[in-house]
Amino acid sequence: MYPVTELIKNLADQHGRERRNLLPILQGVVEQEKYLSEYSMIEIARELDLPASEVYGTATFYSFLEYKKMGKYIIRICKTITCSMKGKNQIIKTIEDMLKINVGETTPDGNFSLLQTNCLGFCHKAPAMLINYEVYIDLTPEKVREILTGYINKKEKEE
Amino acid sequence: MSTPIYQLKRVDFIFKDEKDWKEILKNSINRPAHELINELISSELKGRGGAGFPTGLKWKLAAEVDDPIKYVICNADEGEPGTFKDREILSKVPLKVLTSMAVCGHVIGSKEGYIYLRGEYFFLQPELNKSIGEFKDYCNEINFDFTIKIFMGSGAYICGEETALFESMEGKRGEPRNKPPFPSTFGYLGKPTVINNVETLAHCYTIFEYGSKRFYDLGVQYSRGSKLFSVSGDTPKPGIYELELGMSLVDFVDEFGDGDTKAVQVGGASGFLVPRKGFRETTIGFQGKLTGISLPTGGSMMLFNSSRSMYNVLDNYLEFFREESCGQCTPCRVGCQQLLNGIKAVKRGEKNAQYLNKLMRLTETMQYTAKCGLGQSVANSFSAIVENFREEMIY
Amino acid sequence: MAKKIKITINEVALEIEPGTSILDAARQTGVIIPTLCYHKDLCVAGNCRVCVVEIVGQKRLSAACATPCEDGMDILTNSFKVRNSRKHIIELLLSEHNADCTRCYKNGNCELQKLASDYKIMTQDFIRLSRSKNYTIDHYSPSIIKDDSKCIRCQRCVRTCEEIQGVNALTVAYKGDRMKISTFFEKPMNDVICTNCGQCINHCPTGALVEKNYIEEVWEAIADKGCHVIVQTAPAVRIGLGEELGFKVGSRVTGKMVSALKRLGFDAVMDTDFSADLTIMEEGTELMMRLKRALEDHDPDVKLPMATSCSPGWIKYIEHMYPDYLGYLSTCKSPQQMFGALAKTYYAKAKNLNPAKIVSVSIMPCTAKKFESNRPEMHDSGFRDVDYVLTTRELAIMIKQAGIDFMRLEDMSFDSLMGESTGAGVIFGATGGVMEAALRTVYELVTGRPVPFENLNITPVRGMDGVKEASIKIESPIQEWAFLDGVELKCAVAHGLINAKKVMDSIISGESHYHFVEFMACPGGCLGGGGQPIPTNPEIRRKRAEAIYAEDEGMPLRKSHQNPEILKIYNDFLLKPMGEKSHQLLHTKYSPRKRF
Ligand SMILES: Cc1cc2nc3c(=O)[nH]c(=O)nc-3n(C[C@H](O)[C@H](O)[C@H](O)COP(=O)(O)O)c2cc1C
Ligand code: SF4
Ligand code: SF4
Ligand code: SF4
Ligand code: SF4
Ligand code: FES
Ligand code: FES
Repeated sequence: MYPVTELIKNLADQHGRERRNLLPILQGVVEQEKYLSEYSMIEIARELDLPASEVYGTATFYSFLEYKKMGKYIIRICKTITCSMKGKNQIIKTIEDMLKINVGETTPDGNFSLLQTNCLGFCHKAPAMLINYEVYIDLTPEKVREILTGYINKKEKEE
Repeated sequence: MSTPIYQLKRVDFIFKDEKDWKEILKNSINRPAHELINELISSELKGRGGAGFPTGLKWKLAAEVDDPIKYVICNADEGEPGTFKDREILSKVPLKVLTSMAVCGHVIGSKEGYIYLRGEYFFLQPELNKSIGEFKDYCNEINFDFTIKIFMGSGAYICGEETALFESMEGKRGEPRNKPPFPSTFGYLGKPTVINNVETLAHCYTIFEYGSKRFYDLGVQYSRGSKLFSVSGDTPKPGIYELELGMSLVDFVDEFGDGDTKAVQVGGASGFLVPRKGFRETTIGFQGKLTGISLPTGGSMMLFNSSRSMYNVLDNYLEFFREESCGQCTPCRVGCQQLLNGIKAVKRGEKNAQYLNKLMRLTETMQYTAKCGLGQSVANSFSAIVENFREEMIY
Repeated sequence: MAKKIKITINEVALEIEPGTSILDAARQTGVIIPTLCYHKDLCVAGNCRVCVVEIVGQKRLSAACATPCEDGMDILTNSFKVRNSRKHIIELLLSEHNADCTRCYKNGNCELQKLASDYKIMTQDFIRLSRSKNYTIDHYSPSIIKDDSKCIRCQRCVRTCEEIQGVNALTVAYKGDRMKISTFFEKPMNDVICTNCGQCINHCPTGALVEKNYIEEVWEAIADKGCHVIVQTAPAVRIGLGEELGFKVGSRVTGKMVSALKRLGFDAVMDTDFSADLTIMEEGTELMMRLKRALEDHDPDVKLPMATSCSPGWIKYIEHMYPDYLGYLSTCKSPQQMFGALAKTYYAKAKNLNPAKIVSVSIMPCTAKKFESNRPEMHDSGFRDVDYVLTTRELAIMIKQAGIDFMRLEDMSFDSLMGESTGAGVIFGATGGVMEAALRTVYELVTGRPVPFENLNITPVRGMDGVKEASIKIESPIQEWAFLDGVELKCAVAHGLINAKKVMDSIISGESHYHFVEFMACPGGCLGGGGQPIPTNPEIRRKRAEAIYAEDEGMPLRKSHQNPEILKIYNDFLLKPMGEKSHQLLHTKYSPRKRF
């Protein structure tokens, strides 16, 4: 059995196999895999006895349920009004320069994906971003460089 | 020009400690349902999620429906740009919210509650679950049958709309439903449901703790009590403040502005934009017959100073709506695209300035015909910005 | 019954049942409110918003289709505010739409076009969004073309595929401005579980979902003097075609249809009803053989109930959804394919024609038959058995193109050899018809007496209930079938794949025990097929069914085994039902497909 298949089985055991359990299962897969592959969606459909199209239609509605391959760390920069006013473009520029990717792309080593997202609920500490589920606030170019360096080092240590 | 009715008054209820929650829970669930409902009704508490529906009445309607299965849902989707107070409540005084949910369960006859927590607040989960565990233990201890679970969202602003939220919890796309039927008769899984904003529930706790009078005495007619405000933008002191309702915008700007405030966005992107000249005549509270220009709000207050281009502000809002619209209904899905592309075209000189008038009429249509509050409220900020800052919109 | 409530619509007072939608109430008083996402066959979506009306005293407008009337409502359906808003909405839809009507297959039969015309949307003030969108056209399926640039996102197709068919090949994907109708991972329609039933086409208001048409190919074949082009027409075509050509719903135009086909230049015009009768002979025999093996030989391997196999949408559905149950299907090909296999063998031989030069065309109420004729198995004649499948709608287009005044055509009859049919063949076009036809023959073959129903009308299997059940007790059969004495033959009929699913699930769970089940993919059977005239709704399907049964009653022969051409073909060519020749030409096998 593929590891995803097992993950999906476990998630279904944990949450249940009804339609209303779909979101937690999708979230569980994304938490592990960072995205929902065609294969994962089919397995989820099978497990919950749902049409595959429904799984796809539901997943694509939610912006955190990625359906394209993503990096290990997904960076989401808030692009809504306050963060935009407070310099989110500088933050993006800094990250793009550092990781040598554009918004919407993943680094070739598969470690980082750079995305934009809508208001994170930290407007009083704008600009803000998420790396996976971790929030970073009051960002400045220097601070972002530091944070990313931390992630890069962490990654290297793991290897 | 009307004079401000009240000065700015800070209040400290919401974040006051929650150490008495056990007592409040126990006392409340020993009171008959109608008494609690009356308490809420006489407090005149109105929903803090934006729509301002009287909370007591909401509970009453759900209580009157005869069904063995009902649900209590706490709306913690907090997606409105510029709003961040619900997060603070859930991280500082979660037990207040849990207590009120349980009391609501007692009032309407429900044994199951859910907190719909936006995906962006994933990091709140561990702590919140701890509180839920503690809460459940106590419920068991006093033999009160009520279970609360967290349901995570996954990044969709529209899921804050109550019927979209139900759809989302049912494992579907968050597309708002037709209304009627309303949640009090047909909510989550088709069952009678009370859905309240996080802050609304926190206020309920205050009312259960101190009685309705303490709450009622705050604020002004039609807008009783206090409210949390999420203050951001061009302000020296961004943050979360509990203030009495009914304040005038002038006083607010005096307190929070940076001396150069050009406009205030009240109620987030879907709320109202007030230009400097309107500060004096605008109060913050729910619309009533006597209150003049009074703006309801989920609590988002964004300040813009004169260095800001209102064109960019509008552009940013519209991009938000274009993406976050669920996309099912024509006026909203296509309307948002037309508005955004339209102001860009005017700005680039590809369309003449009169085109703005056509767009204004379009927002009116959106307001009249969109299926849910998202599409209906795009007009609010659009018309205010285009009317008051027209010169900034034109090439 | 609850007390009636009082409302006014455009200042006219009326009393209506509580719970009635504003749309229905208005229709009751003859006030027409335009709609797009609303469809009588489907649940209410309320998403297009063209049906908005003003309720006096309310600032916002309400969607008439989704708003129930309340006592005392004053409703205005044509106020200034309503008109302006409605016009805006149509303009918005058009701005997102590739409104290229002159090059559109639905030109002339499009709900969006009609609205634009009614409201005289002459200008395009709004920005043309359609230009900057990456719309795609999916034409990989042999049956269906899906053109996203024509889609208004009313979701009727999605609801159809889910509520009527239970297939869910289509879904709504993404949100906001990117929201679109999609298959799983935007795969082509022929790569997913789509059954090609065409119901989504019938329910689509625009040109976003249409059949793949083969009109030009057929014209070319007709023009080719070296080809012998023969055409067969399915039972449901003759009661639907008139709708496209100025007749009212439920008109029978069999004779005119034959005349028209001859005028179009087909070399022979024959009838699928003939092969429907043939199907009954084969399928009836197959059923009797299975019953014999089960009840007399007690063979544990025999698969009962036997399921009919003449609806190719149903076949693809069961291949995807119940791949382990293909053994329950009758091995009979659909009448179309039986005809096709015989056209290039039996017919060619009898008429001394080179089968390689025969072009076999069929006119079907069905889009799934386009797919079926394309299946690799369907080459038993040594050639492609059926070359082109046209829908009822495509035939109507050809008739119009040829400048034929259909109304004024004289009646003509089918050509012989495979043109004769009985009432039993005709009722194949309605749900329950195959069952009824089979019972008429099987009962009589087994007992020597006609079915014990007045005038041969087996009414329990008729009508529009999604699942119908019937049973016939067999009494004093002839010697050969003595083991059937006293056996109660249990039958079920399901139409619309959502109902097929119900029946399959109850069979699998052991809840139901049938001997014979008729499955039709489309609601109402073929008369409501995906290739039939648009629009469709329960009322239209009911009228078409009436026409079919009227046609049956008017036939001199009403039992398949009495068809003289059937007797002839068994005598001259096939020798006996389920014989060797039959197996070679008239029967087929099925292949499991993936559900996901
Ligand atoms: C587009 C849209 C987004 C909304 N988002 C939220 C939200 O994030 N949180 C919330 O409490 N209410 C939100 N609402 C309001 C809810 O629909 C609902 O009115 C509210 O949860 C009721 O609670 P209350 O009566 O306590 O305010 C939203 C409404 C709309 C139309
Ligand atoms: S108004 Fe917008 S968000 Fe609301 S239902 Fe319509 S498309 Fe969806
Ligand atoms: S779908 Fe209708 S409106 Fe659109 S191009 Fe075709 S005929 Fe015209
Ligand atoms: S042809 Fe039938 S099965 Fe295929 S998408 Fe359309 S309705 Fe669904
Ligand atoms: S394909 Fe047709 S039925 Fe489906 S949403 Fe588009 S316009 Fe509507
Ligand atoms: S605008 Fe970025 S966190 Fe709110
Ligand atoms: S027909 Fe009523 S909203 Fe579409």
